[in-house]
Amino acid sequence: MKTLSAKAYKYGDDINTDYIISGKYKFKSADMEAMAVHAMEDLDPRYYEKVSPEGGFLVAGKNFGMGSSREQAPLVLIHSNTKAVLAKSFARIFFRNAINTGLPVVECDTDLIDDGDELTVDLTAGIITNHTKGTEIPFPPLPPVMAQLLADGGLVEHFKKHGGFAL
Amino acid sequence: MVKISGKTISEKILSAHSGIDARAGDIVIADVDFVMGQDGTSPLAIRALEKMGVESLFDPAKVALVIDHSSPSPIEGVSALHTIMRDFCKKTGCKIYDIGEGVCHQLIPEHGHVVPGDLMVGCDSHTCTYGALNVFSTGVGSTDGAAAMASGKLWFKVPSTMRVTYEGELQPGVYSKDLILHLSGKIGVDGATYEAIEFHGPVIDALSIDARMTISNMAVEVGAKAGLMKADAKTLAWFEGRSPKSPAPVEPDEDATYIRELTFDVSGIGPQIAKPHAVDNVSPIEEVAGTPIAQGVLGTCTNGRFEDLKIAADILRGRKIHPDVRLIVAPASKRIFLDAMNAGYVSDLIEAGAVFVTPGCGPCVGTHNGVPSDGENVISTANRNFKGRMGNSNAFIYLGSPATVAASVLEGKIVDPREVLS
Repeated sequence: MKTLSAKAYKYGDDINTDYIISGKYKFKSADMEAMAVHAMEDLDPRYYEKVSPEGGFLVAGKNFGMGSSREQAPLVLIHSNTKAVLAKSFARIFFRNAINTGLPVVECDTDLIDDGDELTVDLTAGIITNHTKGTEIPFPPLPPVMAQLLADGGLVEHFKKHGGFAL
Repeated sequence: MVKISGKTISEKILSAHSGIDARAGDIVIADVDFVMGQDGTSPLAIRALEKMGVESLFDPAKVALVIDHSSPSPIEGVSALHTIMRDFCKKTGCKIYDIGEGVCHQLIPEHGHVVPGDLMVGCDSHTCTYGALNVFSTGVGSTDGAAAMASGKLWFKVPSTMRVTYEGELQPGVYSKDLILHLSGKIGVDGATYEAIEFHGPVIDALSIDARMTISNMAVEVGAKAGLMKADAKTLAWFEGRSPKSPAPVEPDEDATYIRELTFDVSGIGPQIAKPHAVDNVSPIEEVAGTPIAQGVLGTCTNGRFEDLKIAADILRGRKIHPDVRLIVAPASKRIFLDAMNAGYVSDLIEAGAVFVTPGCGPCVGTHNGVPSDGENVISTANRNFKGRMGNSNAFIYLGSPATVAASVLEGKIVDPREVLS
């Protein structure tokens, strides 16, 4: 697993999948690059513009990704150059979808992170370094099954590699 | 010796399908009895199967795709996605339910693809609906769906279970929708995240199958993985003639371990409304009565069933909706549409001023019709009122029962259905 560095873009609690990518776009096509410009649009119309050039961490409160099962949600975040989502907790379908598509998700105390903070996330060690504040935030590692899927690059790659579930 | 406690419905079904004595917190790889996808999620599942290099399904008879979310297609992009689904079903031999058949969550049980005791996954978050039929059913994403279509298996974390018991007697004008909105208001949109809910008690026993499905449908709105009920004589009677499979009802053990137990006396619960833009922003209807509305929606996988159309028809029969209000009705399936027609409810509703759209998801998800205008309030029987949900982020969605929607469209404002029923 890897170490990721980028700036934090912070939002609130209970961010639903319609905010991440509205239903009115998800049905227009299966082209995630084209859809990514609408990521988080209803909450922050400039999300794509801000995050895509340098990459960033989407930082949120509790229950990130509640609502629909649309896998377009983690996919548009990946295609908008979101390196990982850091939240106090996640809705379960979004959490699975993120792992399956290869978007790292980190459960941690995001009260210790402000918008604009420069972070390094070490997924193996389970430590976030907040360079702006000079602090470290530990987080629990993923359960082995999920860590294995993420390490393989998602569920599709896992299936290609093993010809089925090998967990 | 330490006594090993009994099991919940979730623990039993996941144990039976994994061959492991599974307990809450365990991760198991289990055999699934059925896999479903809809038109918003199937194209990505098909793409995932292609990337995996998978050419055939584990069992084409245990997979179905449903075109319900944007149906019939409003634009060429959607038409292309529908073509991908139709071609896939022809190639693999799995069932397709094409435009006008209905909402996936009505069709899968209606056509007997699942029976009590089954484990199924669907690429749609409201797959939890069949928990009302004693099926452990849960929503997954497209890639999980693809893995299940390819292998007949999926990994599951066995959820811990919250037990909700309803006692007392439902008052006139109060329905199962009000109970689940009330629960959402009490425990919040993440009140049961990562957990299953079991619904028990005499109030559940007394509900029809249609009404029970409304409650399980919205289990995901409080974060739950499944919303389970026992199978009783009503459940088994409902399945008669629908499925060649034998139901294997699963009851929780009396000494099963629950992480939380909530009991509500429903005698004191009135009609409930979820206000914009969150499903747990719930008030008793008295607090929002009088709010002007421009559009009513009757339908969806939450409340588009026969009983729901009957409740609305009984209120609107011989009356006219307010001239400044639209009422859009989307029956949950073609079968329900025909049954409602034969019962006269369709005429009742159209005479009152309602507009019928294709059986399916209707205006709920904002993808093809019934999009509200800027600043408009909508009263809907759907399950979600997120900002932008119906296709316009400047509209405001209020959720209530079919009776509340019917009473409200009569006056062009939110009205307590007990006023028109008395």
